[in-house]
Amino acid sequence: MTTRIGVVTFPGTLDDRDSLRAVRIAGAEPVSLWHRDKDIKQVDAVVLAGGFSYGDYLRAGAISRFSPVMETVIEQAKGGMPVLGICNGFQILTETHLLPGAMLRNNHLHFICRDQKLRVENAGTAWTADYDAGQEISVPLKNIDGRYVAAESVLDELEAEGRVAFRYLDGNPNGSLRDIAGITNAAGNVVGLMPHPEHAVEPLIGTGRTDGLGFFTSILKKLVSA
Amino acid sequence: MTIKNLDTVKHAAGTPDVDQPWKELGLKEDEYLRIREILERRPTGAELAMYSVMWSEHCSYKSSKVHLKQFGDKVPANDAMLVGIGENAGVVDVGQGYAVTFKVESHNHPSYIEPYQGAATGVGGIVRDILAMGARPVAVVDPLRFGAADHPDTRRVLPGVVAGIGGYGNCLGLPNIGGEVVFDPCYQGNPLVNAGCIGVMKHEDIHLAQASGPGNKVILYGARTGGDGIGGVSVLASETFDDAKPTKRPAVQVGDPFQEKLLIECTLEIFAEKLVAGIQDLGGAGLSCATSELASAGSGGMRVELDTVPLRDSSLSPEEILMSESQERMCAVVEPDKVDRFMEICEKWDVIATVIGEVTEGTRLEIFWHGEQIVDVPPRSVAHDGPVYHRPYARPDWQDALQADDANKLARPASPAELREQVLRLVGSPNQASKAWITDQYDRFVQGNTVLAQPEDAGMVRIDESTNLGVAMATDGNGRFAKLDPYTGAQLALAEAYRNVAASGAKPLAISDCLNFGSPEDPAVMWQFAEATRGLADGCLQLGTPVTGGNVSLYNQTGETAIHPTPVVAVLGVIDDVTRRTPIAFAEEGRLLYLLGETREEFGGSAWSQVIHDHLGGLPPAVDLDREKLLGEILISGSRDGMIDAAHDLSDGGLIQAVTESCLRGGKGARLVVPDTLSISGSATGDAFTFLFSESAGRAVVAVPRSEELRFTDMCGARGLPATRIGVVDGEEIEVQGEFSIPLSELRAAHEGTIEALLV
Repeated sequence: MTTRIGVVTFPGTLDDRDSLRAVRIAGAEPVSLWHRDKDIKQVDAVVLAGGFSYGDYLRAGAISRFSPVMETVIEQAKGGMPVLGICNGFQILTETHLLPGAMLRNNHLHFICRDQKLRVENAGTAWTADYDAGQEISVPLKNIDGRYVAAESVLDELEAEGRVAFRYLDGNPNGSLRDIAGITNAAGNVVGLMPHPEHAVEPLIGTGRTDGLGFFTSILKKLVSA
Repeated sequence: MTIKNLDTVKHAAGTPDVDQPWKELGLKEDEYLRIREILERRPTGAELAMYSVMWSEHCSYKSSKVHLKQFGDKVPANDAMLVGIGENAGVVDVGQGYAVTFKVESHNHPSYIEPYQGAATGVGGIVRDILAMGARPVAVVDPLRFGAADHPDTRRVLPGVVAGIGGYGNCLGLPNIGGEVVFDPCYQGNPLVNAGCIGVMKHEDIHLAQASGPGNKVILYGARTGGDGIGGVSVLASETFDDAKPTKRPAVQVGDPFQEKLLIECTLEIFAEKLVAGIQDLGGAGLSCATSELASAGSGGMRVELDTVPLRDSSLSPEEILMSESQERMCAVVEPDKVDRFMEICEKWDVIATVIGEVTEGTRLEIFWHGEQIVDVPPRSVAHDGPVYHRPYARPDWQDALQADDANKLARPASPAELREQVLRLVGSPNQASKAWITDQYDRFVQGNTVLAQPEDAGMVRIDESTNLGVAMATDGNGRFAKLDPYTGAQLALAEAYRNVAASGAKPLAISDCLNFGSPEDPAVMWQFAEATRGLADGCLQLGTPVTGGNVSLYNQTGETAIHPTPVVAVLGVIDDVTRRTPIAFAEEGRLLYLLGETREEFGGSAWSQVIHDHLGGLPPAVDLDREKLLGEILISGSRDGMIDAAHDLSDGGLIQAVTESCLRGGKGARLVVPDTLSISGSATGDAFTFLFSESAGRAVVAVPRSEELRFTDMCGARGLPATRIGVVDGEEIEVQGEFSIPLSELRAAHEGTIEALLV
C-alpha cells in the first residue's frame, strides 16, 4: 500500500501545492485535505503548509486551529500520527498547543526571504531521521512572524529533552530565542519549523539545493517500516 | 442621497438647467457638453459619475491614444500573439499548448499619497487583470523609482511601498522574481510604482471581457463595496500634484490580500468548470468600468440593479457605488443554468457573490436604484468612445543645450588609484548597490517553480514540471537616457530588457510597457511621449517583439517640474528547458571571460556621470537593434548548447558593475586585462576607464568553460559578433591588470551596505 501524506489547505494557505509536490518527489502519495472537512481521508501523516491562513489578521494561526480539519488532526496527532508544521503550520501547531511557545513579529519588523542555514539538532523525530544530528542544511526562510518565544522554563525543558529540532546558523534572522528554528513534541511525531523544506527539494528550483527533501523521505521511511 | 431626491433619468430630462459638478469630478467643459450631446439631455448624477471616471486620462488614454495607435500599426510578423492590445492583458503562445499573459501597470499617484496601500493595491490590480484573462498568476515583478536615496521623504515613501508590495504580494502566494529600484531627484514628488504580473493558461482557457447572450446573469463577486478609492482614476491619477489642494488620501484604495487570494482560487475553479461567458476585474473606475466595458464589448445591452450591490457602508450613494475603487472584486457574465454552480464555488471559498443584473436584448446600459432608473447610456460612449486629444507637442527649447553638454568631456580619473576609488563609489552608489534589503522582503520561492529571481538579469519560472518549459521576464527603463533623447531612450529600455531575457537563456517573444511621463498639457512632455512611443514602436517592429498591452501614466509632475520621461519595458521570453538557464554568477574558477559587443566612449546619461559628476547631458549610447538581436541569438545558443555557464548584460555602470555583481553572486574573483582595442570600428582604443565604465549598448559578459572556448569563439566569428577575451574567473579579488585590484570583501561591503544604511 502506498503511503498517503495529507496537506491541508486553509483559506490563505500558499505553499500547499509545493508541499504536495515535495511529498510526491519523495515517493509518497500526496493527498489534498480541506479545512472544512473533519475527514482526513485515512492519510498516514499530515503537513500543515505555509501561508497566511485567514489572512493571519488576528494572530498567525489563531483562527485555523478552530477549523474542522484541525479537530481530527489534533486528535490523531495525540495518538501518534506524524504532523509537520511549516511556517504558518508551525504557528498553527503552537496555537493548538501540540507544540509549546509562540511566534512574534520578527525583531526587525520586516518580512524576510532568504536562504537560511540550519543545524539539525534532533535527528530522531519522525521527520528528521534521514539527517544526521549536527548536520547543517540550507533551506529558504520567508516570514514576518517568525520570532520563536517561550518561557525560560519551557526553553530549558526543550533543551534538556533534546526537543530543539533545528537551530539557525550564521545569524539569527528574526530574534528567535536561543536561535530556535524548529521544535518537536516529546513523542517526536509532531514537528514544527519556520523555514521551508518543501522549497528545497529540486536541484534547479529556488536555492538550487535539495536539503529539504530529507523531511519527506524521513517520514516515508518511517511509515513504510512501521 | 435618499430616494426622495434621487436624480433619475426622468428627473434629468425635465431639469436641463441644474448645475452639475463636472469640474470637481475632473471633467473639462467641452467634455461635459459632449456628454449632454450624446445623451440629448443633461446626465444624471450617476451618469456624470460614470463618464467622469471613464473619460479620465487614466481610463480613456485620451491624450496618448493617437500615439499608442502605432503599436497596432507597426506590428511585427510574430505568430506568437494570441490576444492583442485592448483586452485586460495581451496573450502570447509559448508552445506545448500553453499561453502566457502579462502586463505592467502603474500605481504612481496613490503610492506617493499613501505608500503602503498604494503599492499594495497596485499589485492587487495587476494580478486581477491577469486573472481576468483566464490565467493562473505565476509571478510578479516591481519596477520602482524613488526620489534621491538620501532625501527624508524617500524614507517615508520607499519603506512603505516595499512593505505594501511585500505585505500584499506575499499573502497571495506569488513569487516576486524581478523588477528594478532606481533613485533620482526627478522622482522626488512623483515616485513611480509599476507592477507587473505573468499568468499561465492553456490556449482553450483564454477568457475575454465581454457580455453577450441576452438573459445571461451579471454577477459581482469578491469584496463588498466601500467608500475607498472614489475618483482614484480621475481626480487623483489624472491630475498633477499641487500643494494648495487638500490631501487626496481618501482617493486611495485599501487592499485585503487575503480576500484577493480567495478570489484567485475561487475564480480559477470557476474557470476550470467553464462557468463564465465573460469576465472583467474591477480596478480603476470600479463598477462604472466593469459594466460599461463588458456591455460595450458584447452586444451592448445590460440592466443592473445597483441596490443589490453588497456594501460595507450602507450610506453610500449610487454615484459613490459606481465610482468606488474598492479592491478584490470581479464581475462575471454567467449563463442562467450555470449560476447555481458558480454560487456554490464562491460559497466554498467564502467569497460573496451577488447577481446584480443581466444582459439584455437592447443596446443601452441601464442602471436602476430601488426600481428607479438612474443610468441610460450607450455603453460604448462611456467605455470606448471617450474623447481623443491631439495634444500639441514641440521639442523643448532646452533639448539642444542638454545634448550639447557632452558627458565625454567630464574629467576622468587621472590615476589607477583614482580609478579604483571611483569603482568603489560607483558599485556602492544607491542605484548600483545591491537591492537585497528590498527584495528580501518579497517571497521569491512560493509555488516552487522559481528558477531565477533578483538579482539575476531576468526572473524565470518553470511552467510545466514534466517538460521543463519556462518563461522569463525582465523590466528595464532609464529615464536619464530618455531625457537626453526620448526616441533612443525608449529603444534603450527595450534593448536592455530584451538583452536581459536573452542573457538568462530565454528567447524574447513580446513586450508590455508602462509609459510614465509628466503632464500631457505641456507640449514638451507631449513631445517626449510622442518620441518615446515612436521609438518603442519602431524598435519592437525591428526586434520582432510585439507590444501586447500596457499602461500610460501621465501627470507625473509637481507644479511645472515633470519627471524624466520614463518608459519602462517588460520583455517576456520563453525557454524550452529551464535546466539550460544561464545565471549571472561567476561560480567556477578558470572560466574564461568574454566581452561580447563593442565598447565606445559613451558616457551621456551614464551612472558614472551621475555618481562622480552629478551630470546629465550629451547623447545617450547609440542603439543598434540588429546587433541586439544577434547578441541575443548568441546568448541563447550559448546557453542551449552549454557553451557558457554565466552571462550578465552590460548596462548602467558598465562592465565593472556587471563583473562585480557576477563575482559577488558566485563568490569568486576575476582577473581582467584591458584589451588593445574595444571597438572594431576603432573609435576607442583600449583605455581602462572606457573599458570599465562605458555604457555602450549591445554588450554582455559571459563565462566560458575552457573546453568550449573554440566552439564559442567560432560561433561568434561566424555570426559576426565581436567577442573579446578580457580575463578569467579567479581568486578572491577583482584585479584589472596594470591598474588596481579590490578584494571581494571590500567590494561586498561597498555594494551591499548602502541601501540599508540609507533607509534603516
